[in-house]
Amino acid sequence: MAFLTDRKRAEGLGSARTGTAHFWSMTVSSVALLILIPLFIFTFGAVLGQPYEAVVAYYARPVPALIAGLTLIVGFHHFKGGAQVLIEDYVHGLAKHIAILAVTFISYAAMAAGVYALIRLAL
Amino acid sequence: MADVNRGNRPLSPHLTIYRPQMTSMTSIFVRLTGNALLVAALMIVWWLLAAASGPGAFAVADGFMRSWFGDLVMVLSLWAVWYHLLGGLRHLVWDTGRGLDLKSAYAMGYVMIGGSLVLTLLTIIVL
Repeated sequence: MAFLTDRKRAEGLGSARTGTAHFWSMTVSSVALLILIPLFIFTFGAVLGQPYEAVVAYYARPVPALIAGLTLIVGFHHFKGGAQVLIEDYVHGLAKHIAILAVTFISYAAMAAGVYALIRLAL
Repeated sequence: MADVNRGNRPLSPHLTIYRPQMTSMTSIFVRLTGNALLVAALMIVWWLLAAASGPGAFAVADGFMRSWFGDLVMVLSLWAVWYHLLGGLRHLVWDTGRGLDLKSAYAMGYVMIGGSLVLTLLTIIVL
């Protein structure tokens, strides 16, 4: 230990200098979701429980489909950022990296699956 | 050579040391609700995919969604999403430099708890 220089000991332990970008991304998506979430609750809530034909017809309309699509894209983006910080706080080492990869993959997969479903319903 | 005394320095107190307070608990629940909402979000994606696939697949997903378990997840998630939204609103207020004193933090905490319950009940009544 006595042979390590101060620089060598400090390297890799500092800020990655991307914290502000992460914070701003969460802020922008949170403001967007402040608008989208109430719209989604009342559009999705209105059609949940309806028969198959009614659901398909409802999501073939542009406004409910756009609200659902935007909510899924922005929502999963916001989830990805938030869950990443949760993992960084409590999981360390290789497990941290694996968990962040898993959260990222799940988020994009769910986003893509939801948008694909909405496009199929709209066309 | 600086600081050879590694691993023996005073640490900042962590979650396990603090007595639970309303401010810390409302904050912890923002994180909890945000992450727990993944379950409902994945169920909704499944439900939409099933609707896009056809009546057979939709019957399965819709049946699960409207079962007692699906209802439980949806009602808890409805509360969670309103709570998380109000918690996010509190963060947006704090980000402007306002409401950082103890009195305002407590007031906003009570608004989050009461407001999320009222909004959940209103949503259930309206829908």
